[in-house]
Amino acid sequence: MTDSIQKISIIISQGSLEGIYPGLIMANGARAEGIDANLFFTFFGLDAINKVRHEHIKLSSVGNPGLHFPTWLGGFPGVSKIMTQYMESKMEKLDIPPIPEFIEMISDTGAGLYACKASVDLFGMSKDDFIDQLDGIITVGDFYQLASGGQMLFT
Amino acid sequence: MATATYDGVEVEVNDEGFFTDPSAWREEMAPIIAKEMGIDELTPDHWRVIRFVRDRYLETGGGPTVRVLGKTSGVTVKELYRLFPKGPAKEAAKIAGIPKPVGCI
Repeated sequence: MTDSIQKISIIISQGSLEGIYPGLIMANGARAEGIDANLFFTFFGLDAINKVRHEHIKLSSVGNPGLHFPTWLGGFPGVSKIMTQYMESKMEKLDIPPIPEFIEMISDTGAGLYACKASVDLFGMSKDDFIDQLDGIITVGDFYQLASGGQMLFT
Repeated sequence: MATATYDGVEVEVNDEGFFTDPSAWREEMAPIIAKEMGIDELTPDHWRVIRFVRDRYLETGGGPTVRVLGKTSGVTVKELYRLFPKGPAKEAAKIAGIPKPVGCI
């Protein structure tokens, strides 16, 4: 067991549905295996912990070749919304929680949730913009210290 | 196939220590399995979760995920992780003598 992963630090840097979920699933899955986990939200990833915006995270329907439809179609009004609703309904059937519930659950598992100070300053946000579960607004250096002795994942 | 002896009875377990035959499990084995995993005492709250995951397995053929446990067992996610620090779904399943739950959530 000595070479097993004991601690993981995950950076979430994107604000789209498909940019946020993988990091959350990795964090939750780590805790379920008894692995310590910390999450660092940076740049547009801050939307995942923004108490207003995290209710409205959308799938990106433009510039997303994985959707397998033409780029011009993805730009039509409402397409992103429809694709997001479709994806959310599929996820609910697989017992994957919506982002706000998922983040609250991950916090309850004992994982740490941190916002990147540089990004918070860049977007002119403050502590009040974020969910109550946030453990702190910290610098990159602080996060590296928290990550010490474990593995890191950038998403 | 590995074996383990709990309460004087030899049972078959897989590489990770989960029972391969859940019907071989008896309640008296639970505290011994728990101790092996570093849980020294099974409180009434531990038992509530252990009985819940076992009943659920016998009903549905699978152990519940942490999300389902948090919503339906009457024990919150926070409390579940306090009781079973190395992962509630996994640890409770092992103590309850059922297979490791599958699924990523």
